[in-house]
Amino acid sequence: MRDVYVVGVSMIKFGRYPDTDVAALGAQAALLALKDAGMSIKDVQMLASGNLFQANATVGQRIMQQIGQTGIPVINVTNACATGSTAFREAYFAVGSGEVEVAMAVGSEQMGKAGLLGGAGESVEGILGSGLMPAIFGYAGLEHMRTYGTTMEHFAKVSVKNHKHSAKNPLSQYQNEVSLDEVLNARMVAYPNTLYMCCPTGDGAAAAILVSEAVMKKSGSKPVKIAASVLTSDPWTARDLTLPDVNTLTRNAAKIAYEKAGVGPEDLDLVECHDCFATAELLHYENLGLCKDGEAGRGLDEGWFGWGGRTPVNVSGGLLSKGHPLGATGIANIFEVTTHLRGQAGARQVENAKVGLAHVIGLGSACTINILTA
Amino acid sequence: MTQQPQAVAEGKKVRPIVPFLRLGGNGEKPYLVGQKCAACGAVYIGSRVACGKCTATGPFNEIRLSGTGMLYVYTIVYQSVPGIKTPYVAGIVDLPEGVSVSCTVIDVEPDPRKLPFDMPLEMVTQKVREDKEGNDVIAFFFRPAR
Repeated sequence: MRDVYVVGVSMIKFGRYPDTDVAALGAQAALLALKDAGMSIKDVQMLASGNLFQANATVGQRIMQQIGQTGIPVINVTNACATGSTAFREAYFAVGSGEVEVAMAVGSEQMGKAGLLGGAGESVEGILGSGLMPAIFGYAGLEHMRTYGTTMEHFAKVSVKNHKHSAKNPLSQYQNEVSLDEVLNARMVAYPNTLYMCCPTGDGAAAAILVSEAVMKKSGSKPVKIAASVLTSDPWTARDLTLPDVNTLTRNAAKIAYEKAGVGPEDLDLVECHDCFATAELLHYENLGLCKDGEAGRGLDEGWFGWGGRTPVNVSGGLLSKGHPLGATGIANIFEVTTHLRGQAGARQVENAKVGLAHVIGLGSACTINILTA
Repeated sequence: MTQQPQAVAEGKKVRPIVPFLRLGGNGEKPYLVGQKCAACGAVYIGSRVACGKCTATGPFNEIRLSGTGMLYVYTIVYQSVPGIKTPYVAGIVDLPEGVSVSCTVIDVEPDPRKLPFDMPLEMVTQKVREDKEGNDVIAFFFRPAR
């Protein structure tokens, strides 16, 4: 594999776009990323398109039909919540293998007000427990509570932090701060996750242009290198088939990614991690090695993971406030990290950011970790 | 609240909501079954093609699972799909055979203070609905052990 660089990124503001279609959302992001790279669709030699809700409807080709039918190879990717980041990884391999010089990855999703996701179907929900996502991640939080004595206040602090971050991100679906009391007293969805501890549904798109070193040097763009792009699935663990184990595959991916990139968690200037629920983010501090096992609650109490802390996590606002249009999420995380590494993040800029990590997990399960370096 | 399924009542039949629930009868209590990998001992709920742990392609031996277990983790669901009464306690119950099962925990207040980790639980069965043919559909639940 040769080195691969990101020279263009974009995301459209996440929100609700009921009057358009998902290909048009993806097309907008694609054009913005091309503009950012100083390129045209004619320069792109391969497209990897990530989308979940229309996985059988060639969203990638429909994006090309909107912006230029150049006849290049297009692959449509679906991989649970890791859909966008898996598409990014396919584009990475297309360039890294030497097959193409310029590849584009687009993630797009139009969920509308989809309501609760997951569940094994109405026929057994509430009878054989729950398969709803807030419940699954409730379980995950309870497992940390029973092991380490973590409290509901700790989880709520994740939501407070990410909402505070989002107030400085104009592309975030929500940009309002919430207080600890507001989070704790909000309507309970599935204990311990209250409404503000659950990510919203919504629409959005994000895109990235990936190129070889030779093209990067000609682009004049500040180089951002993909130092590692890792994908794992859930290995066998004792309860995984009943209680999805979101931890082990993240730990496995982190270990491989740190080795490939030649960095450790202490080197990270910022992290975008998969905070689909507040409970999830807390687990991932430990899974990614940002603190020792059992220290995540203390880290939240002491502000380790906020903007200005020792490892800022989800300075974009995270899925909890920025939003989580499924297929777009993995590339939106790449957008955020790249924007900081280039020093273009405006009011939320992490000063002097050189190394960033983007983590996504999709249940079923898939985990991606991309480490980018300036 | 607990009903022992009637094998045949007034021409009606009963059927389990999932294949791994056996309804017993003839004096035998309902029970869950697991599939145990002969090679590594991993126990699964539901049928298997091969072992996810050790990759052996079998054989798998059907084992009868205990009707008692411990509450590993739970959640209290307040917002669910339409038509389902909330709140309800959803739990992951560890069985002594080394496998866990997802279930709804009944006969307990939906309050974290009433749901200690590792609380002993016992399985019961109840009719939850009738199917299209008019048969009683029987599901399993867990409740605090008595």
